[in-house]
Amino acid sequence: MSAGGWGWLILLFPLWGTVLIALFWNALPGRMAGWLGSAAILGSFVASIGAFLSLHSKPEHARIVTSNAFDYVKTAGVNVDLGILVDPLSIFMCLIVSGVSFLIHVYSVAYMESDAGYRRFFAYLNFFVFSMLLLVLAGNFVLLIVGWAFVGAASYLLISFWYRRKTATSAGIKAFVMNVIGDIGLVIGAFLLFNHTGALDYAGVFRGAQHASTNEGWLVAACLLLLVGAFAKSAQLPLHTWLPDAMEGPTPVSALIHAATMVTAGVYLIARMHPLFEQAPTAADVAAITGTATLIVAASIALVVTDLKRVIAYSTMSQIGYMILGVGSGAYVAGLFHLMTHAFFKALLFMGAGSVIGAMGGEQSLDKMGGFRRAMPFTFRTFAIGALALAAFPPMSGLFSKDAILAFNLDRGGGYAVMAVLGYVAAGLTAFYAFRMVFRVFYGEPVEQATELEHGHLWHPEQPTNPATGEVEDTDVGFPGPEHHVAEQRWPMRFAMAPLALLSIVGGIVLIPGVTTWLDDWLKPTFDSSRFIEQHPSQGAEWAGIAVGGALSVMGIFVAYSLYMRRRGATLGMRDRMRGLHDFLFNRWYFDELYDRLFVRPVAGFGRFGQGFVESALVQGLLVGGATGIVARGTAFARGIQTGALRAYALLVMMGLGGLGLYFLIVSA
Amino acid sequence: MSITWFVVLSAFIFCIGAAGVVTRRNPLVVLLSLELMLNGGNLALISFSRMLGNHEGQVFALIVMVVAACEVVIGLGLIVAMYRNRIPIDVDGVKEMRG
Repeated sequence: MSAGGWGWLILLFPLWGTVLIALFWNALPGRMAGWLGSAAILGSFVASIGAFLSLHSKPEHARIVTSNAFDYVKTAGVNVDLGILVDPLSIFMCLIVSGVSFLIHVYSVAYMESDAGYRRFFAYLNFFVFSMLLLVLAGNFVLLIVGWAFVGAASYLLISFWYRRKTATSAGIKAFVMNVIGDIGLVIGAFLLFNHTGALDYAGVFRGAQHASTNEGWLVAACLLLLVGAFAKSAQLPLHTWLPDAMEGPTPVSALIHAATMVTAGVYLIARMHPLFEQAPTAADVAAITGTATLIVAASIALVVTDLKRVIAYSTMSQIGYMILGVGSGAYVAGLFHLMTHAFFKALLFMGAGSVIGAMGGEQSLDKMGGFRRAMPFTFRTFAIGALALAAFPPMSGLFSKDAILAFNLDRGGGYAVMAVLGYVAAGLTAFYAFRMVFRVFYGEPVEQATELEHGHLWHPEQPTNPATGEVEDTDVGFPGPEHHVAEQRWPMRFAMAPLALLSIVGGIVLIPGVTTWLDDWLKPTFDSSRFIEQHPSQGAEWAGIAVGGALSVMGIFVAYSLYMRRRGATLGMRDRMRGLHDFLFNRWYFDELYDRLFVRPVAGFGRFGQGFVESALVQGLLVGGATGIVARGTAFARGIQTGALRAYALLVMMGLGGLGLYFLIVSA
Repeated sequence: MSITWFVVLSAFIFCIGAAGVVTRRNPLVVLLSLELMLNGGNLALISFSRMLGNHEGQVFALIVMVVAACEVVIGLGLIVAMYRNRIPIDVDGVKEMRG
């Protein structure tokens, strides 16, 4: 089969899965929906491999294939095909998205088992993966925007999956609103590009933009608008506040959003649009600077957050910051390399966190956890591997990918070198907070839940509550199910985590400086036109960077070890001494408060004004009230005349006739 | 003799009848007053017919008399029905049409 055919198959499998589960959910017994959804994504993964092999068998210059199903719109000046672009970049993304999503699906089969919305969950999950694959495979801006918006919608559905939880629904709304801001940026950016290049397909836009001079105004504006979209999806400053709140969704959803789908979309977009960004270096620099700012801010917040899932969420923000820095500064392959390794270890970390949360009976606070090492050996080992990869501990995959980005930036010099140094600083912080999680969750005095699990009994709270607010819940649909699950007891969860653990360790093999260049070679056709394709730091510089990164990682882990293992409780004293700094970080740099003041409250005030004045006074009072008032008064008058008294009628008739007679007399006179 | 006298007389009769219809509460008297009004009208018809020298007005007066006879039949029938149903013989007592 041709590469294009495989490309369509990649899309069709999850779409079939969604439709099948959505239409026949009633006929699917037990865990059937879960397996069906997993099979659909597995099919997608197999098709991705098929497309990969098909592209691989072609000569390099022929590895960019477009395939049109049909012309969607064909009029004078506007030409939109329902077409996909199968090239090394999109297949690379498809392999990651479908592969990791498949494992997350399998994990969810067990993890979501007792949830009353089990089948709905898998319909959403398949739809999410379909949207992401559509976004990745789209061959023109129209389809890209469709996939982009679908991803936003799917994330809303999944974040608010427990729709009776107030915190979950408001988090879903927040994510959706933030994403719509991004959608608007993307759409207007696409319009601007269409306006100046007359094309909507990527190749046409890139061709049209070639005539623009470097940093031409409209091109920079269009790229900045695309960046708004990318920043919203990838949770970069200042559109990042939805991501930590998105932790309200079930844990597999967090894994899916953070590892495989959604947040990587922004990185993909910048990489895909690299010809535009290279002609608008200002916009590319904005991306790089924003990425750097985000990776520092997020890493600093992750130091103090006490919610296990939120720590991982901020680490995602931080790691995506590295990727954006990479693709913004021209290190496309390195950025995508980090995207890949991050997908592995972040999915793994979330799965481990899900297992721990299961053991805690839904509780997510680090303050209440401890000593799970003996109770959950499998979870401990895989989580530690994930944390090592996140911390870029040598020779885990994260080290190679992170340092590929930073070494490239050091090599470019100037401002980029500054950003690389900041990246190294954050790398040290990363190692620290990654192992803060490990030490606080798995070491120390075993908590009640851990000792019970050691005796083979999974602890369950007497009354299910919302971990964020402590509100009492039931276990019906719209709330989490009654049973919790840990990887130690469920093979699908272990089945999903084991390959990810392996990949987290060895994933770096695709691009080891001086040893392998597989990823470089594979992505070369896509980035052939790039100015930076030949720009590589020397091998010595790369290895030096790796050495520095590894040393920082070891240092961060050591600091975490000495603070959380050797002198337990030392951090409490530190917190008291640096209360101002702690509060600043703990409150997430007051971004939420700032947005609340700047946007939420004015809009809410405007809404109240609208309701108080426009709606109730103007619309209800004047327009609606006026119209109904006229009718009501008129009918009341007409009813008043109908007294039923015969003589009154007679008098009225006579007066009427008399009046008429008088009128004619006067007129004729 | 001027036509004015006839018309004025007919107007008087009509007005007396109208006043009776509006002011009296006994349906029998109301019927009587109605008869006065009709006959006031008849007088005007006949006067004008004589003045203009054609007979159509007189034919109209005859038709009005027939109508009056029918009306009296129905009116008296209603009054008898009211009496039989022990409804007070009073125009103001019947207000079923009230809105």
